Amino acid sequence: MKPFTRLDGLVAPLDRANVDTDAIIPKQFLKSIKRSGFGPYAFDEWRYLDHGEPGMDCSARPLNPDFVLNQARYQGASVLLARENFGCGSSREHAPWALEDYGFRAIIAPSFADIFFNNCFKNGVLPIVLKAEIVDKLFRETADAEGYRLTVDLAAQTVTTPSGEAFAFDVDPERKHRLLNGLDDISLTLKFTDQIQAYEARRKGEAPWLFA
Amino acid sequence: MSARTLFDKLWDSHVVHVEPDGTALLYIDRQLVHEVTSPQAFEGMKMNGRKPWRLASLLATPDHNIPTADRDKGIADPVSRTQVETLDANCAEFGITEFGMNDPRQGIVHVIGPEQGFTQPGMTIVCGDSHTSTHGAFGALAFGIGTSEVEHVLATQCLWQKKAKTMQVRVEGELKFGVTAKDIALAVIGRIGTAGGTGYAVEFAGSAIRALSMEGRMTLCNMAIEAGARAGMVAVDEKTVAYMRGRPYAPKGEQFEQAATYWRSLVSDAGAAFDAVLELDAAGIKPQVTWGTSPEMVVPVDGRVPDPAHAPNAVKKSDWERALAYMGLSANTPIDQINVDKVFIGSCTNSRIEDLREAAKVASWAVAQNRKVAGNVKLAMVVPGSGLVKAQAEAEGLDKLFTAAGFEWRDPGCSMCLAMNADRLEPGERCASTSNRNFEGRQGQGGRTHLVSPAMAAAAAVFGHFVDIRVLANEVMQ
Repeated sequence: MKPFTRLDGLVAPLDRANVDTDAIIPKQFLKSIKRSGFGPYAFDEWRYLDHGEPGMDCSARPLNPDFVLNQARYQGASVLLARENFGCGSSREHAPWALEDYGFRAIIAPSFADIFFNNCFKNGVLPIVLKAEIVDKLFRETADAEGYRLTVDLAAQTVTTPSGEAFAFDVDPERKHRLLNGLDDISLTLKFTDQIQAYEARRKGEAPWLFA
Repeated sequence: MSARTLFDKLWDSHVVHVEPDGTALLYIDRQLVHEVTSPQAFEGMKMNGRKPWRLASLLATPDHNIPTADRDKGIADPVSRTQVETLDANCAEFGITEFGMNDPRQGIVHVIGPEQGFTQPGMTIVCGDSHTSTHGAFGALAFGIGTSEVEHVLATQCLWQKKAKTMQVRVEGELKFGVTAKDIALAVIGRIGTAGGTGYAVEFAGSAIRALSMEGRMTLCNMAIEAGARAGMVAVDEKTVAYMRGRPYAPKGEQFEQAATYWRSLVSDAGAAFDAVLELDAAGIKPQVTWGTSPEMVVPVDGRVPDPAHAPNAVKKSDWERALAYMGLSANTPIDQINVDKVFIGSCTNSRIEDLREAAKVASWAVAQNRKVAGNVKLAMVVPGSGLVKAQAEAEGLDKLFTAAGFEWRDPGCSMCLAMNADRLEPGERCASTSNRNFEGRQGQGGRTHLVSPAMAAAAAVFGHFVDIRVLANEVMQ
């Protein structure tokens, strides 16, 4: 996994609540057996005017001029500003894969859906929860200033605006440690092999049918 | 020890290790595997030369991409076919039990787990699918995970988890005739919203929940994720124990009795404290119909499409306006005046034998009345949740009732719940669906989904528009 330390990035606003993972990456793209290449299909139904299918060359497809991420000023954005309950619905990890492949490394919203939030951390994408009033303010500032950027510092747990205003955010120490260092969860967990085996031995005594 | 909730008991019995910040390494008893969220996990296992930690904890089946008609011809879409073949190959390579496409036991993972007795009370159960919450109906801790965690559980039999808060949803009293577990689920989501359960493990309790069959409890827990909950669950009672008896993967003989004694302890202790409690009066719940593009956009069937002018805040107002535009609906339209183009009865929410029996009562009534699926309905399809559900329904003659009334009787799979196979809505088509999500494009790009119970979906097929099943109840539900 790519580590996440500090990001200074262009901000793109997606001003709607309850953006679901079906919208982030529609089902037809879930047929891929690969982990990469989903970026061109992120938000496919909102982003293009035609119907997308896996393997299509997206450079030739008609863009929806009304979709905010298609505006010239937001090209190259790496911070996504969103509303409450972002990433609700399906557990598909293709959603963070698509956002990461598109170029987003941080997502700021007042709240996230649980499974999506968790999936982001496994893919070097930092989901940041800020109060609704602060998110509102960031939406206003993004709209008002073309080229608006935010600096995200994971070690310091702050989001800083161009005027120097800094907002603190919470992150679990364990998740922070893994993201800062780009650590592979499985290798870490396998260090607990003895504990896992001891648990199994004890549990087998209590509830043998679980291991039948 | 102080009084514990069901969730506390399930959690405590699975903790392997706790980090200083409270993150726990949780042991996972069962993982269900399907073709969509597993290929990249198996690829990771191979790249690192890893083997599954415990093969007996795994059961695989293809469900999302599977055709529901002409299965003997194979899968026409080459991309879908590759994904299903990849699952077959991975299961063969790693030695994982798989019910393949043509196995009579194949079906939707969340239907076959309980049906086989692979899902058991007291277990932790995961799957790369958000509707894994379904299995909580058995007094288990069950939740959906992403592909990285699918791989993690394959390799380590564990997951890193932060303990969720607890919420009790208490539904007391008796449901009115024609009102089902699906309507409870939608009514709860309508009340607390699709993020109302975020961060919580929800236990459904109360006399109305005790009165539900295991199938009904599965429907309810299935939809817990649509309220944003980490997991949904129902305490074990004699119905749970009776359901388990004789299932292929359930414990046998003396071991069954030993297990049953343990299972009966899987209830919240009297006086156990929940972080949040929601109370509903069962008698006040009416049949529900969603009108928008989120499961929380729901009203009773005798209601009207809401007016954005009366939305509680600006964000909701623009959400409602966008939803009405997408759904092609005007504010204040009575729900029973909305016509449908297609009807889908199936999905991990409502494709079990009881669901099909409820829908078949409507079909049977229609046949007796010399009525059929209405002329404006292009397709009304019934997709059983598994091969065994299908066989059971056919043994009861339900398939004949459906086909006589003009419904199509299909082979099991996820089908038009998410339209990864050939079953889908065309742009602008409106569907009465027993599935779980009415998101934009969920059932096909531009498709318009209304979530309802099986009997309500069947009635919409026969009338061509939504009807209040309670009005028909005396005639139909004999």
